[in-house]
Amino acid sequence: MRNKGVNYAKYGYIFSIPFVLTFLIFSLYPTIFTAVIGFTDLRGMGRTDFKFLEQPFDNFILILNNPTFIKSLGNTALIWTMNFIPQILLSLLLTAWFTTRRYKVRGQGLFKVLLYMPNIITAATIAILFNSLFGYPKGPVNDLFIRFGLLDAPANFHMQEWTARGVVAFIQFWMWYGNSMIVLIAGVLGIDPTLFEAAEIDGATSTQIFFKITLPRLKTILLYVLITSMIGGLQMFDIPRLFLWGGPDSATLTSSLFIYNQAFSGSYLYNRASAASMIMFLIIVILSVALFHLMRDKDEAKFRKAEKLRIRNAKKQGALV
Amino acid sequence: MKSLKASTNLTKTIIYVVCIFLAILSVFPFLVMFINSTRSTFQIQQDSVSLLPSTFLKSNWAVFKGKSFNPVVGFVNSMLSSGGATLCAVYFSSLTAYALVAYSWKLRQPFFSFILAVLMIPAQVTGIGFYQFMYRIGWTNSLLPLIFPAIASPSMVFFMRQYLMATLSLDIVNSARIDGAGEFYTFNRIILPIMKPAMATQAIFTFVFSWNNLFIPLILLTNSEKYTMPIMVSLLRGDIYKTEYGAVYLGLSLTVLPLFVVYFLLSKYIIAGVALGALKE
Repeated sequence: MRNKGVNYAKYGYIFSIPFVLTFLIFSLYPTIFTAVIGFTDLRGMGRTDFKFLEQPFDNFILILNNPTFIKSLGNTALIWTMNFIPQILLSLLLTAWFTTRRYKVRGQGLFKVLLYMPNIITAATIAILFNSLFGYPKGPVNDLFIRFGLLDAPANFHMQEWTARGVVAFIQFWMWYGNSMIVLIAGVLGIDPTLFEAAEIDGATSTQIFFKITLPRLKTILLYVLITSMIGGLQMFDIPRLFLWGGPDSATLTSSLFIYNQAFSGSYLYNRASAASMIMFLIIVILSVALFHLMRDKDEAKFRKAEKLRIRNAKKQGALV
Repeated sequence: MKSLKASTNLTKTIIYVVCIFLAILSVFPFLVMFINSTRSTFQIQQDSVSLLPSTFLKSNWAVFKGKSFNPVVGFVNSMLSSGGATLCAVYFSSLTAYALVAYSWKLRQPFFSFILAVLMIPAQVTGIGFYQFMYRIGWTNSLLPLIFPAIASPSMVFFMRQYLMATLSLDIVNSARIDGAGEFYTFNRIILPIMKPAMATQAIFTFVFSWNNLFIPLILLTNSEKYTMPIMVSLLRGDIYKTEYGAVYLGLSLTVLPLFVVYFLLSKYIIAGVALGALKE
């Protein structure tokens, strides 16, 4: 029995080859290449030859002292925060409502389908759609706000820094809260139901149950949502680019958009863009390490359990044979 | 007890009001878009929100087509690249997951840890190197770099592995071996059919993600014959359509329509897939 396992082991390697090769060529190599370009003089459209700089960290120093890059980092953090705080609060509230048995909310399936919908629509389309919706002086949002008395005169959302950032944050929030809600509801459904029953018998209110039982048990999933959202937020590109090209006055210029502008417009500064990319990469790696620990602990326990079971089954089979 | 019931009823009312408001918030922008695509620019300027469609769909279409802009090309390119990427991702992720679950090999656990570690490496921060690499081998203005990298999709391997661990019994594999089936044959003929439900969910997500992807196509494709749908969309933001509101709304509607059809046909599976922890990409 054991011998057989050894014979088949080579297929584990063979079947992994396509993945490994593709990863090496299309992921690892471009990553290393990006890092290398950060230390060179590579710039200008269509150029491929480069030499290393005498002062290797010049590009990095220039980028870190570039006020636009610093502003873009700040914008990314601001827009992400303005989107995430309401997003997580609303999805927690909806999760509490949808999973409290006392409320028996009907039509949950339909609500989930509708609230999640914006998430699957092309972000490029949504950015341009919202650009039109927030049009000035005439536009659907201005028209409606004036009709309902929320505004006295049309507001030029596109020209003020904070309204522009606010709209980008709102789009992100609007696209993603449905997703967070569904993930959190799945998390609640995974909690042992006897816990809720016991609490109800003991006379706990639904608020108490939510804060004392549900929330503590959602910790891992909340962390997962937080980290994946941060990593996604750091890559925010489509919406800030197509909503206002990063304007007004770079108020919605995110780091990804900054990198794109450095490399693919103007003077094609591939080297500076690569240095900026590597700084972003570092931040993402730190976040990914946190995510890795989060996923691994849970998973390894499962893996070991399955392994044990498999060995036991194999033994049983061996005994039968 | 009575007051508890009253407060429960009040909360229930609030819940429905909020949920209905949020549902309207989800639908309303698209409703305005679809209706305005049938209205003339003049009508939109007079009153940008209307609940009634008008009769200018044809003239908007004429304006839209008149700008040397061909959405059919974008549609075909997006279909080819997203379809290709989905096939590659689904088949090879299943194969890699099978290698991780069905065989015990020395590097299995390290390889799995490695996949977890690279789960979130984003295409954007390595975009410059990717572009330079593709430029050197002459793959810019080609759909291939949008397809082949999908063979290595760490998050899908992760998902498929979880699925296989839960559903695969090695007895099936063993009995296939006794019947003399080769390992590759076993995978293609016996394991793949078992994985169909997981493959379907993952296929939807990969397809939609690939369809919506803007960054990589934008840096690689400069020839308008190779444009994908999101690049076509981004042209609507350009100067050529500056004052043609009706045509812009029509263009946006055309890009949303296929996604709407897919979503409302498959929403049950999509929501279930998100709940299963389909990773944000």
